[in-house]
Amino acid sequence: MKADPRGVLTGAHFLDGDHACCEGAIAAGCRFVAGYPITPSTEVVERIATRFPAVGGLFIQMEDEIASSIAIQGAVWGGAKAMTVTSGPGFSLMMEHIGLAVMTETPCVFVDVQRGGPSTGLPTLPAQADMMQARWGSHGDYEIIALCPNSPQECFDLTIRAFNLAEEYRVPVLLMMDECVGHMTEKVVIPIADDIDLMARRYTTAKPGEYLPYHADSSLVPPMAKAGDGHRFHVTGLTHDERGYPAMNADAQEKCVSRIVQKIRGNADKISMVEESETEGADVVVVSYGITSRVAVKAIEMAKAEGIKVGHLRLITAWPFPERRIRELASRVKAFVMPELNYGQMFYELQSAIEGRAETYLIPHGGGTVHDPEVICRKIVEAAKKQPGKETQR
Amino acid sequence: MNAINPMSQYLRMDRIPHIWCSGCGLGTTVNCFVRAIEGCDIPLDQISVVSGIGCTGRVAGYLKLDSFHTTHGRPIAFATGLKLANPKLKVVVYSGDGDLFSIGGNHFIHAARRNMDMTIICVNNFTYGMTGGQVTPTTPIDAVASTAPYGNFEDPFNLPYLADSTGAVYVARWTTFHVRQLIKSMKEAIQKKGFSFIEIISPCPTLYGRRNRLGDGLEMMQFYKANSTIQNGADTRDAVLDFKGKILCGKFVDRERPPFLENYNTKMAERIGPTFKPYEGVL
Amino acid sequence: MPDAKRKQPRGVTTINVELCKGCGFCIAFCPADVLEFSAEFNSKGYHPPHAVKPEACTGCGLCGLYCPDFAIFGIVIKDVA
Repeated sequence: MKADPRGVLTGAHFLDGDHACCEGAIAAGCRFVAGYPITPSTEVVERIATRFPAVGGLFIQMEDEIASSIAIQGAVWGGAKAMTVTSGPGFSLMMEHIGLAVMTETPCVFVDVQRGGPSTGLPTLPAQADMMQARWGSHGDYEIIALCPNSPQECFDLTIRAFNLAEEYRVPVLLMMDECVGHMTEKVVIPIADDIDLMARRYTTAKPGEYLPYHADSSLVPPMAKAGDGHRFHVTGLTHDERGYPAMNADAQEKCVSRIVQKIRGNADKISMVEESETEGADVVVVSYGITSRVAVKAIEMAKAEGIKVGHLRLITAWPFPERRIRELASRVKAFVMPELNYGQMFYELQSAIEGRAETYLIPHGGGTVHDPEVICRKIVEAAKKQPGKETQR
Repeated sequence: MNAINPMSQYLRMDRIPHIWCSGCGLGTTVNCFVRAIEGCDIPLDQISVVSGIGCTGRVAGYLKLDSFHTTHGRPIAFATGLKLANPKLKVVVYSGDGDLFSIGGNHFIHAARRNMDMTIICVNNFTYGMTGGQVTPTTPIDAVASTAPYGNFEDPFNLPYLADSTGAVYVARWTTFHVRQLIKSMKEAIQKKGFSFIEIISPCPTLYGRRNRLGDGLEMMQFYKANSTIQNGADTRDAVLDFKGKILCGKFVDRERPPFLENYNTKMAERIGPTFKPYEGVL
Repeated sequence: MPDAKRKQPRGVTTINVELCKGCGFCIAFCPADVLEFSAEFNSKGYHPPHAVKPEACTGCGLCGLYCPDFAIFGIVIKDVA
């Protein structure tokens, strides 16, 4: 389906990432947002609060992030496309409800505009230190989809993609922005509504009384229902059977949880999105995401000027991690260099995919500002020039 | 005579018998709830029940309505989203004293403050039954619980007073003995626009009752019968519950205040002007 | 109170013995003292109620209203002309 023109601010704009995210949500058909103010994400909901009345949406500032993260799920079951927005401390509070959305297969979007941590940390400064939390923050076994925009334009585009993925896989999707991308102002081009493709929610066509809420076909994604349509369905966070009834035994656990995991894991190749530049024939590949990728581009330019054959692989989806593509490259590339605005999070995933077939170099950074491209460049050069057998220092 | 229990059309009979103990009052409250919704003019398809975690939280799973068994303490927040996405739904939150007033306390007071159009049915058995009988914010002073083995010493909440002071437009308390009054109250609360609250004192014979030597379910019910007084319109400040003390029941508050959405639409129209189209749901 | 001249009871109870958990609510709160615990027990070991004074039943339905286990209900029998 196409976007509703009433919500699409077609044209070329000069927006920061937070504002662009808001426009992306509205273009995607989001009409319910529950949020709580937290730097550096607040501007998203401030703009939502201003824009929603004109496009038929409802914004409610809930009493806390815990309430926000479940109010959106209630709205989804009432028929809405819904989103909440936060940063590190709020993201931590929302973890239980991310798990609820996973378990009940509630499509919704959680935006985390990452800032320095841990704890209160650096509210107004960037970091990328919630990446592992995005993958594992809630208790229990699950797979998640997480996207990393690296520009205000991508904040617009990837918010739409997040909503679409949420509907396709009936899963909460995380948009992992960072303070730099959220607060940088750049040109954002918003197309006409007809050029924006949206994934409609797939509702059941079963007659009332015949609907099994958690019965899926080979796609592993069950069709949804909404309250008021006469299906009289039950939804619970307890391990459940196909009827949605609590079923607390190992057999039910296996059936219930393995399908929820597999519906993402089995589709990882379809979901995964990377942007590659000159990786074929490269000696060194820089792997990066979010704001760090912008710095990496500069560093790569500097290294190429020194004659290094270096390519770039940018994670657009951080989760599921593009293991297969990394593994392919690992057999042909000498080394991977990964700058992250943290002390090492996605890096371990990279190493795990590479399985020792190439050298790996982490360039950690506690956050507060972005990497110095010179530092990344030096590491690229070191990686390119290293003789096999010598010890690497990380 | 091969008659079918008239309750069964409202229940997920494939899940009966339920998990509640012998003498637990929850099933009694469910009977009353079903009679109440039968008596309302609301299509059953439009009624959604949202519950939290605990013995009372299991009510959602036994009712044959669109029902949501959410996280501990948060059914009110979930219900807020559900109602605002589709204001045509009649949303009932059915949960226990610990779920709604300990972990869920913050969500209760804000929904009451906002006058969210929903009905909160709180079954108060003075304990966290599901997890083995711990103390809750409604446990009376001197009562023992598994986490208050020497007796509770904290002043408990006076739930009708709390609901009244935070803005609920309908506040009532009954016990599971008062089945007829409870049906009437539930009907009124469900049909009333705004944030309605009903506290139902109910026996937990296995934990609260046993540890405090209050007898079995029936003896606790007989205690309610002998020790409750009905005073409609009473001042909610007088609704404090002492251990083994008198139980003040009645419909205490029934007033008018614009519910959240009406208030939103009115104010937005005033402030934005004729271009504002009233919000009536996402669809 | 039951009408002494009435030949037929006005109501009747139906008891689903297997659902009963022997709480005693119906027995205690029946206004006409129709029910008592039976000596029989169900597969869970509970003693379900049985009507010892069926003729006194008015079909008021309080037994069903109180029953937490949906194991009993009372209905009014339509008079047969």
